[in-house]
Amino acid sequence: MPSQRQAHRDVAPDAESRAWLAALRSQGHAYDQAVARLHELLLRAARFEVSRRRTTLRHLRGEDLDDLALQSADDALAAVLAKLEQYRGASRFTTWAYKFALLEAAVKLRRLAWQGREIPVEPERWPSPPSEASATHDGAETAELLDALREAIQTELTPHQREVLVAIALNGVPIDVLAERLGTTRGALYKTLHDARKKLRTRLAAIGLDPIEQGQGR
Amino acid sequence: MSESPERIEETRLRRLLGPAGPELGCEECLEHLDRYVELELGGSDADAILPGMRAHLEGCSACGEEHESLRALVERTKGKNFI
Repeated sequence: MPSQRQAHRDVAPDAESRAWLAALRSQGHAYDQAVARLHELLLRAARFEVSRRRTTLRHLRGEDLDDLALQSADDALAAVLAKLEQYRGASRFTTWAYKFALLEAAVKLRRLAWQGREIPVEPERWPSPPSEASATHDGAETAELLDALREAIQTELTPHQREVLVAIALNGVPIDVLAERLGTTRGALYKTLHDARKKLRTRLAAIGLDPIEQGQGR
Repeated sequence: MSESPERIEETRLRRLLGPAGPELGCEECLEHLDRYVELELGGSDADAILPGMRAHLEGCSACGEEHESLRALVERTKGKNFI
């Protein structure tokens, strides 16, 4: 994965962002007011995220979702204040701060949706070409690709890579839910997924199957 | 409207194989997500400025969802001053 160090840069923040920074670096009543306004901003963002995802959590009551939004805003506030000196002005302050609230809410919602559920690490269903398509040239190529892919998953990957790939990419387990269950981080798990995918692509290329040419790439 | 079986299988295959090109990791993606969204909404070539970001957003559904949410929220609150 390429480094993005070249993307780090300090930019003079816009007037609104400077006002946020000044208020959050002040003391006494002005500071308390700024923190309260920031919490309101983060709570709006957390509620926005809850509202976008509430269809996936129909079993939860409205007040539970409100509590989740409030907890997300509280946690995001702590994160923003702790990382305030890391803000470089690369975006508006509010956009930077929203990110923390959305992340907190999204992670909590995904974990809640999977609470008490077993993590499926065996394929629930392998991809398969549509039956009528297998009679066509493209369908036959897809079937060949799928067979090779199934075999490569069994033969090329370590047990851990296979477990991670199957859970996330095939069974749709959210990456942060799996990270929590396995006691690791989202970043570490994505690296495992990335390495597994790379092995599969390398294997397919070695036997002359190119998923990009067959319409599986961008 | 439901997706065709071909489209569903293509999506599943894409999730298995991930993006073909170089991509960022989750930490770098989250670090730059705010800037990427503003570049996108401002009409800049966000992918040229932050290479590897788009590939990661396609390869990581959690980061992809957070990108969609942040973009939607920023669009919705555009022009408002909260301080």
